[in-house]
Amino acid sequence: MLAYIARRIVYVVPIVISVALVCFLLVHITPGDPLVAVLPADASQELAAQLRAAYGFDRPLPVQFGLWLLRALHGDLGNSIATGRPVLAEVLRAVGNTVTLAIAAAIIGFTMGILLGLIAGYFRETWIDKVATSFAIAGVSVPHYWLGMLLVIIFSVQLNWLPAVGAGPNGSNSWAWDWAHLKYLVLPAITTSVIPMGIVTRTVRALTGDILSQDFVEALRAKGLHERGVFRHVVKNAAPTALAVMGLQLGYMLGGSILIETVFSWPGSGFLLNSAIFQRDLPLLQGTILILALFFVFLNLLVDIAQAAIDPRIKRG
Amino acid sequence: MLTKKNTRAALIAVLALTTAAAWPRAVSAETVLRIGMTAADIPRTLGQPDQGFEGNRFTGLTMYDALTGWDLSSADKASVVIPGLATEWKVDDADKTKWVFKLRPGVTFHDGSPFNADAVVWNVEKVLKQDAPQFDASQVGVTASRMPTLASAKKIDDMTVELTTKEPDSFLPINLTNLFMASPAKWQHFYDKAEGADAKAKSQAAWTAFAKDAAGTGPWKMASFTPRERLELVKNASYWDKARVPKVDRMVLLPMPEANARTAALLSGQVDWVEAPAPDALPELKQRGFKLYANEQPHVWPWQFSRVEGSPWNDIRVRKAANLCVDREGLRDGLLAGLMVPATGTFEPGHPWRGKPTFEIKYDKAAAQKLMQEAGFGPSKKLTVKTQTSASGSGQMQPLAMNEYLQQALAECYFDVKLDVIEWNTLFTNWRRGAKDPSANGSNATNVTYAAMDPFFALVRFLQSGMAPPVSNNWGFINNPKFDELVKKARQTFDPAARDAALAELHAASVDDAAFLYVAHDVGPRAMSPKVTGVVQPKSWFIDFSLVSIAQ
Repeated sequence: MLAYIARRIVYVVPIVISVALVCFLLVHITPGDPLVAVLPADASQELAAQLRAAYGFDRPLPVQFGLWLLRALHGDLGNSIATGRPVLAEVLRAVGNTVTLAIAAAIIGFTMGILLGLIAGYFRETWIDKVATSFAIAGVSVPHYWLGMLLVIIFSVQLNWLPAVGAGPNGSNSWAWDWAHLKYLVLPAITTSVIPMGIVTRTVRALTGDILSQDFVEALRAKGLHERGVFRHVVKNAAPTALAVMGLQLGYMLGGSILIETVFSWPGSGFLLNSAIFQRDLPLLQGTILILALFFVFLNLLVDIAQAAIDPRIKRG
Repeated sequence: MLTKKNTRAALIAVLALTTAAAWPRAVSAETVLRIGMTAADIPRTLGQPDQGFEGNRFTGLTMYDALTGWDLSSADKASVVIPGLATEWKVDDADKTKWVFKLRPGVTFHDGSPFNADAVVWNVEKVLKQDAPQFDASQVGVTASRMPTLASAKKIDDMTVELTTKEPDSFLPINLTNLFMASPAKWQHFYDKAEGADAKAKSQAAWTAFAKDAAGTGPWKMASFTPRERLELVKNASYWDKARVPKVDRMVLLPMPEANARTAALLSGQVDWVEAPAPDALPELKQRGFKLYANEQPHVWPWQFSRVEGSPWNDIRVRKAANLCVDREGLRDGLLAGLMVPATGTFEPGHPWRGKPTFEIKYDKAAAQKLMQEAGFGPSKKLTVKTQTSASGSGQMQPLAMNEYLQQALAECYFDVKLDVIEWNTLFTNWRRGAKDPSANGSNATNVTYAAMDPFFALVRFLQSGMAPPVSNNWGFINNPKFDELVKKARQTFDPAARDAALAELHAASVDDAAFLYVAHDVGPRAMSPKVTGVVQPKSWFIDFSLVSIAQ
């Protein structure tokens, strides 16, 4: 097991370097001037050259990448061009808010998804299955930003039950797990949860149906195992794949949703990315993408290790 | 035993006591105004805001003052420059590059330190003197470009400074509205405490700390700041202009870049005021009793013509025909639901820089068709023109829909309009590169909106031949000796009334030449709760929050 984990960690190194290179290149090949946030189009050429030198954009691209990577390895992602604030602190604060949202959405989405998937799988081809599957299809198909707006219209504007925007009465700095703050989380969390709920439902339904039709389940029943015991075997066999899917979904949610966070003015990584894109704030954009990509890479690593722990056949491969 | 009489007396006593207990609280209850901004982040708070004039509106003019300011007291009159932290100014008779500014006595920064000539010199040098400890490259771009001729500042005495320009420039007092005065003492306090490998790193750390706990001289003081989420300002009760001491105790600024989210926040009572509500929601907002404000802004939505060799817009008949062929009132009342003012130039009647153009920009299709026929075009021989635009962008209003409207309107006058829709930053970058650059994709016009607060931005950068790319935004390479002569005259006329007259002459000449296809002025729509009173929306990008009250 330790050798397997070590091997997986070694694989991560080239992936991380590739991710850093790709995210650096991606933001540099996009059109427009990297200094657009601090340099109006009407600025003189002399001023533009002066600022380009001050920010190091006058150097060759490989040199810029090398310097950025070196600083990044020391935990310094530079300062935002638009705000002057350190990128790392900005990203970590935003990621913290997105994690709060992702956890809430994961609790809702995964619980609902597993429940609906198991029910649909056990009652395959019945009306119960059709109802559960309809939920799953709706979850995957409905544009979540549209659902978000709809929820705001109903629960904030019409009923005035829940806040429409924000992350707490005084912002996310003073976040607490009480109702005064949690009510700000309800609508964005429900909106974020619908896609993972749909995907997990469909996955668990397919797995459950597939496992129930296998010979060993027949054998278990023939040996007189009660249905609760059969259910335990089904869950254990479905768990590795379902876990992998949930891990990926959690990864997506931790990446933040630009649309959902913008609709709810939720100050997470999606909101930050939106702002960085519109202001063309390259250091912030690079730093945010890098941190999110690393998050994803390490989450995948954890899922791989968890899968191997649950299913010993995996590490032999 | 309680009789009816003493029961009543007891009730009155209880009521009186309750009222007395509640009264001081009611009197001292803090009034709070919550505003949803269109910005995705709080504009920079360190003195020179980013995010264009929305930045100046919320974190510039609130916490800071400049030597000169804008008169924001009227919704009807044009907003003009008035004294700010300088009470008077005068150009040197012998050397027109030197100006003397007398400073307002008795003004202090929010940290209690005095405002004086040293503070002015320090603030000029924060953006112009590269070896000054407080020099900050990140503040240079948004400041130096708005006062392109300012070179240096020198203290004459405690309350007098001398400013020097690179060339004679009568626009300086107008440009100085963009240089906000931050407290040198407060910055020094942060600098002394800052850690850093060298002076530059310490300076950067000091500015970062200053942005979190800023001090200017403005009517509002910073109370708390959560980046990207909220900025809380409290009233500066000892503000030097007693007429502009805020009526509201606290103002909370919240970034809400999505129009529907802003509108929902207003409708659900989370905020009291939103900038640019979702246009579709205006009828509902009205119906629910929310107040809507809009007024002509110094903003122009144009087509800027290419005047390079071979451009179809080199023929003045074609330029005039395009200007006469657009039903701007139809655009306003239909597509934009009233949220624009038809443009008949960069400045409208009533503005001191409007002048008296002889070419009247209006909708006259017959006259436009006649001009096109004179130029050799007609129903069977259409003139193909190509315009570059974006699908969105700051100040662009609804660029695609509006350009398609123009496309249809101009088709009536024998134009065949091709639209080249590109990404906003690419369009903006090309604006500087000009019509000859390959990134223009062979376009004959570009559709980048512009702010028209001061003469340089409104006129000079587009009309003066020396402002052609790569120097500035004369995208179409206009080369008209008359414009050059009038720009020079305006810049070198130092009596304010005579300068305004010269600018009016320049503006009238540009309208008579149909230098642009003038289409619309934005109106800066805002919606607010009926509790908010005292709002005056001037013909400006800015608004005076000091005048606003809010009922509890």
